[in-house]
Amino acid sequence: MARLKTFPGGLHPPDNKAWTAAKAIEICPLPEELIIPLSQHIGAPAEACVAVGDKVKKGQVVGRAKGFVSVPVHASTSGEVTAIEPRPHASGRNLPAVVIAPDGEDEWVDDLAAADPEALSVEEIKDRLRDAGIVGMGGATFPAHVKLSPPGEKPIDTLILNGVECEPYLTADHRLMLETPGKVRQGIEILRKVLAVDNIYLGIEANKPDAIAQMREECAGSDIKVEALEVKYPQGAEKQLILALTGREVPSGGLPMDVGVVVQNVGTAAAIADAVTLGQPLIERICTVTGSGVNEPKNLRVRVGTPLAHLVEQCGGLDGEPSKLIMGGPMMGMAQLTLDVPATRGTSGLLIFRRGDIKVREPGPCIRCGRCVSACPAGLLPTTIAAYARLSMFDETEEFKAMDCIECGCCSFSCPSLIPLVQTLRYAKGAILEKRRKMQ
Amino acid sequence: MSDQLYLSSSPHIHSGETTDKVMRAVIYSLLPACGVAIYFFGLPALMLLLVCTVGAVAFEALCAKLFHSKLAIADGSAALTGILLALNLPPSAPWWLALLGAAIAIIVGKQVYGGLGYNPFNPALVARVVLLISFPVQMTSWSAPAPLGSGVDALTTATPLGEWKTAVMLTGKLPEGMASGFGSYFVGNMAGCIGEVSAIALLLGALYLFWKRIITWQIPVSFIGTVVVVGGLFWLSDATRYPDPLFHLLTGGLILGAFFMATDMVTSPVTGRGMLVYGFGCGLVTVLIRLFGGYPEGVSFAILLMNAATPLIDRYTRPRVFGTVAEVER
Repeated sequence: MARLKTFPGGLHPPDNKAWTAAKAIEICPLPEELIIPLSQHIGAPAEACVAVGDKVKKGQVVGRAKGFVSVPVHASTSGEVTAIEPRPHASGRNLPAVVIAPDGEDEWVDDLAAADPEALSVEEIKDRLRDAGIVGMGGATFPAHVKLSPPGEKPIDTLILNGVECEPYLTADHRLMLETPGKVRQGIEILRKVLAVDNIYLGIEANKPDAIAQMREECAGSDIKVEALEVKYPQGAEKQLILALTGREVPSGGLPMDVGVVVQNVGTAAAIADAVTLGQPLIERICTVTGSGVNEPKNLRVRVGTPLAHLVEQCGGLDGEPSKLIMGGPMMGMAQLTLDVPATRGTSGLLIFRRGDIKVREPGPCIRCGRCVSACPAGLLPTTIAAYARLSMFDETEEFKAMDCIECGCCSFSCPSLIPLVQTLRYAKGAILEKRRKMQ
Repeated sequence: MSDQLYLSSSPHIHSGETTDKVMRAVIYSLLPACGVAIYFFGLPALMLLLVCTVGAVAFEALCAKLFHSKLAIADGSAALTGILLALNLPPSAPWWLALLGAAIAIIVGKQVYGGLGYNPFNPALVARVVLLISFPVQMTSWSAPAPLGSGVDALTTATPLGEWKTAVMLTGKLPEGMASGFGSYFVGNMAGCIGEVSAIALLLGALYLFWKRIITWQIPVSFIGTVVVVGGLFWLSDATRYPDPLFHLLTGGLILGAFFMATDMVTSPVTGRGMLVYGFGCGLVTVLIRLFGGYPEGVSFAILLMNAATPLIDRYTRPRVFGTVAEVER
């Protein structure tokens, strides 16, 4: 058997995907209250354009985009605006949100315009993507229309669809590819048109043979290359994925467009299909609710703004006392303080660990075992950088290329002395950025 | 609920592999060698193992008390150092020598630098070499194995390497009948330090370490490979004077050193490429000392010398940072 494509470094944590991999996506019913944060993307937050007491319809814009790197936010069902106020947000702060009490009609806004992507110009398609609030759904939530508008001096010749889903526990993209492969394909064709490329890859980790088969069938007869990739984290990290599929290495400090590549998540592709062909904005997504602290792990189709507590209810409630709530996967997700936080466009999973499953232990001294070094996909010396960072020697951390850290967490995962390596590297990166700002 | 939730940043899971598990695995891997040592050398070997291990743990605890640092004997590193030191002593070493060795290993070899992780040299080897230089008589009095129940009294004899060195110095030629006895060498039926004699017991432990992914192939392969190749070249140049590669491999402390001492994580390079360079250096110095040095055996000196070179090796064998053309210069 030929060796599967992959990247140097990385590791394979127990993936625990079996809990939900075979479970069909269920539609999560509407909650009593939808909390729609005005900031659900990287870039400027949207600006509320409705008032308390307004009746809104599903898909109606409730927050306007502010600037180019920004997208509008929409009501994810019909109902009444009951508040516009700061609410708990996944970032840990309270951030402005439009709160909607659903009226139960779930009625679409009238002016949704279906269209044939063939008949639209590239600019018209990009406008539709921005208006629909399409952002990267792999978790980074970077506005898609910006990613699809590279500057002229960066010609794009390759499109990569990211169906890797290398985070343990998560199966949202897996189910999406299995259940709606046509949507993904439709999205790919729209992206092909926008970028004017014919070199197209769809990368999927080899632990999802059914999804690989399904997508190969869907793409049969086309030039789309559906590739099985080695099961290794972080295979789905943009730069690692590009290297595995194309052999191109994004230069240090650079972006995928520097090597002529645009990467989009498969979930984003499906959302793009709905936005362009049906005119539907991004108001729902698939989210894996799982972990030892949930009674019945599931894949749910969730409206944007649904409180996490409501997702847990749909999954049979909490199993025992929770010790950690994580939005996203266990390697890069964000710990949450409360289940009042709403799911947003970037919420690929909700992972809950039961009390006792998270052990908190004191870190010990580095024994120079080198595990972090061999696991680091960026080719860094995490323990060395962390040691400098602890001494506030940030010039040294910069020399050792701390800014090239992709924060995948492989170093901390593998450290036998339980040293918070990636956490310290993040701290170093923050300090380096601060220093650079001051120098300007 | 919220006051009971952990809010640490990602990653939220861990491999489960911890320092104390690593140390324990290395201790388990040495158990076959300890067993063979006791079988061949009897109660004196058991005494050395006990004195060194208990002594090392006791000195570790003493240092923690004196330096007001956290008591870390639970991580198993002190016990491991004690076992490794015992395995590097001759069977006739007296108890006080073993205890002194344990003190040197823990205090001079480890704690003065700040404890686990900060010592530049392998603590057990520091102790062994200090004892070898300070107590040459006790440290080079060898006795032939007297297997348990054989009723044979331990006889004073020379190690195969020592026998070779004496013969070459006196006559310029290999000793008589040296080529025989490889089977004995392999199981460990020869004179030597109590833990270095049995290749088969050591290899069994090494296999366990590979299986548990505690050690990687680079250091043992480049260390042993270099000894075999360089030693072999000398043998080819003059087979009447220089011993053959198999002799290099099976007699003396090469296998113990290459799999268990040179692979000490704290004192060896962190990258695969660095480990290859380091292993090569260990092998080269070992052969040069064996063939041309004053001591018949050079494994301990070679490893200590390469320990000193580790920071330098680390500097020149940094991994290439993703997206950069050359290594980071410094």
